This record gives sequence, structure tokens and C-alpha cells, in this order.
Amino acid sequence: MASIEEGGGGGHKKGPGVKKAKKLSTHLDMTPMVDLGFLLITFFIFTTTMSSPTTMELYMPKDTDKDDEQNKAKESGALTILLSKDNHVYYYEGQLKEDASNFLSTNFAGIRKVIIDKRKAVIEAHQHDAGCEKIWAKNNGDKKSCLDKDLVVVIKPGELATYKNTVDILDEMTITNTKRYAMVDLFEAEKTLIDKTEGR
Amino acid sequence: MPSVKIPKKSTFVDMTPFVDVAFLILTFFIMATKFKPEEPVEIKTPNSVSTKDLPDSDALQVTFDSTGRVFFSVLSEKDATVKYNVIKHMNDTRNLNLTEAEMRNFVKAPAVGVPFSGLKQLLAVPAEEHKNYKQPGIPLDTLGGELYYWIRDAVGTFTGKQLKYLIKGDNEAKYPAFKQVLNAFKKNEIFKFQMITALEDVPAGSELDIIRKRQKAEGN
Repeated sequence: MASIEEGGGGGHKKGPGVKKAKKLSTHLDMTPMVDLGFLLITFFIFTTTMSSPTTMELYMPKDTDKDDEQNKAKESGALTILLSKDNHVYYYEGQLKEDASNFLSTNFAGIRKVIIDKRKAVIEAHQHDAGCEKIWAKNNGDKKSCLDKDLVVVIKPGELATYKNTVDILDEMTITNTKRYAMVDLFEAEKTLIDKTEGR
Repeated sequence: MPSVKIPKKSTFVDMTPFVDVAFLILTFFIMATKFKPEEPVEIKTPNSVSTKDLPDSDALQVTFDSTGRVFFSVLSEKDATVKYNVIKHMNDTRNLNLTEAEMRNFVKAPAVGVPFSGLKQLLAVPAEEHKNYKQPGIPLDTLGGELYYWIRDAVGTFTGKQLKYLIKGDNEAKYPAFKQVLNAFKKNEIFKFQMITALEDVPAGSELDIIRKRQKAEGN
């Protein structure tokens, strides 16, 4: 059992006139204390939340109807991602064609590759832009950032997409280092197209 | 009798080092524990690769659960009077007829999710029992609903402070609920938000992974 023992022995001899004091045991039973200690440890282990939450920044643009205030995107660099129910992801490049031939389906595992491929295509099609490079050089930026400046990802979460889907796709933007992206509402044509694809 | 006498050894085991270690661990857990404030609903937040820490003061938090109920809270770890000022201001501008005790109760409440008409009733209940009180959520519409007023009046009491706007949503919540919350903020001319997420690892080999590694290398 738990105990504190006194280091015994080695005491010097006492004189004949000195009375010998009775030695009391210094054994101390620590068991209840240990029990209590472990009870508290268990309690704290269970109540502690170790993973602290983090935050993700989101900047939204001001709603505007004025044409000249709206950001323009080049058709060649546009990638539209539509989110629907059950983690379905649809996407198309540039404008949606009348016959919807460029309307493709994927999921969250596949969308990263789509974004990366699109980015590669945009960089390949990039034409030398002295103006942009000048601005970047002035801000001590990376000139390479001009290569993919035409890439704009448009995120359109549908009404059946979950909040998790929305956060995941925004996260995907951070992961693929896409600087220009926007979150907007679905068009009517896209809505009907998704409904048709999902058999509604 | 030829019996071998086994010398009796003491069964005492010195537990002192063991106890020392146990109490060391106990001390660690006591120090490290931060009781999370009890919320009226349980929210499972999505994951993200973002590493920014969550502020605990000077922030407004809007929470929405999987069924789209919306809750509003003021984070003021450092200074409780901030929260009191918010409800006092609300009381004046919205004519809520709250008593002093009810306003004090709001300060203790983790989050509120009732229409203005039901606020007096909710705050009559002690804050400790709010989690058992069925809260219907703050009414929202495409123009922001009552959440718009909550945000507007709360922002009005924070003068000269950098306010942060937190959005905490459940994994299963639908996008329109999120959009309505965003609309309520947007109507208040607030366009910068922080969404509360749980930390997730950066996928190896991705663009972000390369950037972070480079930054780390440069930092050293």
C-alpha cells in the first residue's frame, strides 16, 4: 500500500540518562487520496475538449445591379461549379451551352482535379500581360500570379446543398489556391437542368 | 518437521512516485480544461484547412442548426458589460419591456433563438435551464428578418471596437438557411465573416500544401 517510510536506522547512541522516545509509525495510507486523484483525472479527461475550433474567412461582395460595378470574367477562364443534393457536384466551363453538352457531373473527390486541370488550361492559354506583371512587381508580388489571373470559379450552391458542401467547396478554393472565386445563386436554366438530371 | 521457512516480505509498495505522476496529470488537465459554454443546440461544424483561431471576445455569433433554426449570441469573455449593453439597447429600440433581472439573465444565457415577441418569456426562465426550453429560432426571411435588427442593434453598441462576425452552421443545414443569415449581415453592410470550422489536414501535394511548406521554410 501507499506509504511514506521514514528512513530508519543510523541514529547515534544516546546517553544512559536519556529516555528513549517511543517510535511512532510514519506509515500513511494514501489509498483514499489516490482514489480521489484518479477520479478527478477521469472527470477532467472526459470534460476536456482538446480540438479547439478554427475559423475560416469569407468575404462577400456587395450586391449591386449596376453593370459597371460588377466584376467581369473572361469566358475562357470561367469555371462554374454547381452543388446539389447528396454531395453531387456539377460543373461546366465557360458558358453553359444550349444543348447542355458541357454540363458535367462529378463529386467532391473529383472536383479538385477539375479545378487543377482548368487552372493548367488557363495558364497555358495565358498571353503575356505586361500591365498585370507591372502591378505585381510594384507590390513585390509573384509574377507567376498573373498566369492564372483569368481563372474565375463561380460557385452556385443549390437549395438542396448542405452547409457542409458550401464550406467544403470554399475550402477547396483555399486548397487549390484559387484567388478569384464568387458565390452566387443558380440560374433558372441551371436549376431545371439539375432537376432533369436528378429526375425531378 | 522439515519445512522450509519462507521469509515473509513486506507487501508495502511505495506508491509515492506513482501518486506524484497522477497528480501531475491531474494538474495538467485542470489547467488545460476550458469548459465550453453550453449551447441550446448541438452543432457539428464542417472541417476546413483554415488555421485561424476563434476569437472569444468582441464578436457576434450567429448559429444555425440542421433544421434551420437561428440563434444569436454575443461573445464577450473579457467584459460581461458588453453583453448587458447589447440587451439594454435592444430593449430600448425594440420596446421589449424587459425587467432588469431579465436583462441580467440574458448576459448569462449562451444564445437566444426566439422571436422578439417570445424573448420576455424566454428570459423569465433561468439561463441554466435554457437548453431544456424549446427555442423556435429567430425568424428570418430573404431580407434578414429579425436577425437584421439583432445585428444592427448589437453593432450599434460596439463603438470603437473591431467587431468580428462569426457564423456557426451545422453540417446538415441547407444552403438557403446559410444564405438568409448572410443576407441579414449584408443588409447591415457587413461583408466579412468568419465561419467556425474544425481543423482538417491539408491534402498532401496540393497547391496550398506547397505554399505552406515554402512559408515554413522561409520562416526558419
